[in-house]
Amino acid sequence: MADYRQISVTETDGVSVVRFNDQRILDAGSIQQLGEDLFQLVEAEERDKLLLNFTDVEFLSSAALNRLIMLDKKVKESNGVLKFCCICSGIMDVFAITRLDKHFEILDDEPAAIASF
Amino acid sequence: MANESWLWVLEERIPSVTKEGSATLDKLLTELKNQQWPDQDVFAIHLSLEEAIVNAILHGNSGDPEKQVEITFQVSETELRVEIIDEGSGFNPDALPDPTADENLEKPSGRGVMLMRHYMDHVQYSKAGNQVVMVKKRS
Repeated sequence: MADYRQISVTETDGVSVVRFNDQRILDAGSIQQLGEDLFQLVEAEERDKLLLNFTDVEFLSSAALNRLIMLDKKVKESNGVLKFCCICSGIMDVFAITRLDKHFEILDDEPAAIASF
Repeated sequence: MANESWLWVLEERIPSVTKEGSATLDKLLTELKNQQWPDQDVFAIHLSLEEAIVNAILHGNSGDPEKQVEITFQVSETELRVEIIDEGSGFNPDALPDPTADENLEKPSGRGVMLMRHYMDHVQYSKAGNQVVMVKKRS
């Protein structure tokens, strides 16, 4: 059983659904750990269908965005698919301002997102 | 701004440790909530100041806990004024790449300063680049 500190992971219809343990993904140490947890999914566990569910996430800094971009690169390098869902309006604005809403595939809810893989 | 009547002022010198920065920022956020600032303003301020303080600690002072960051918050009925000074050699914010350009979307730099400029009403770096003054008008 993998040991994660910043995320929890479940499996539904072959899709690894990732939820964040913190509502605020801000602190530098937490972001570093978050990156390690996420990269482990791709590099060590070779998961190729990842859905990041942002339910309850209230806050996201640019450093956390950078980790998501790095994760996306790793997933693409291994021919996997990464999607996001359940992003609140405040964080959706952050994605839109930075134009990352066009870079990532973002869906409204988890069932629709899982069905789209 | 010189004639602004400040209801609450906080001046702190903190070591370059991100948890210290978060603790100082939490004091401001608590005060803004006590003064019933709108949620969207608090979100904007929280995000912008987190970026600015982390920049000062990790980039300005290279995360060296021996170096200090000076943080000043001034809150009036209508606006928040923030000043953050680090001991670094500064940087030129205008030289940052546009993070929204296609060729830069996957690059890590420039996004924090861009978010600060979007969410705050005024963001001004000193010529040396190690001091930033920001203002947010209450909605």
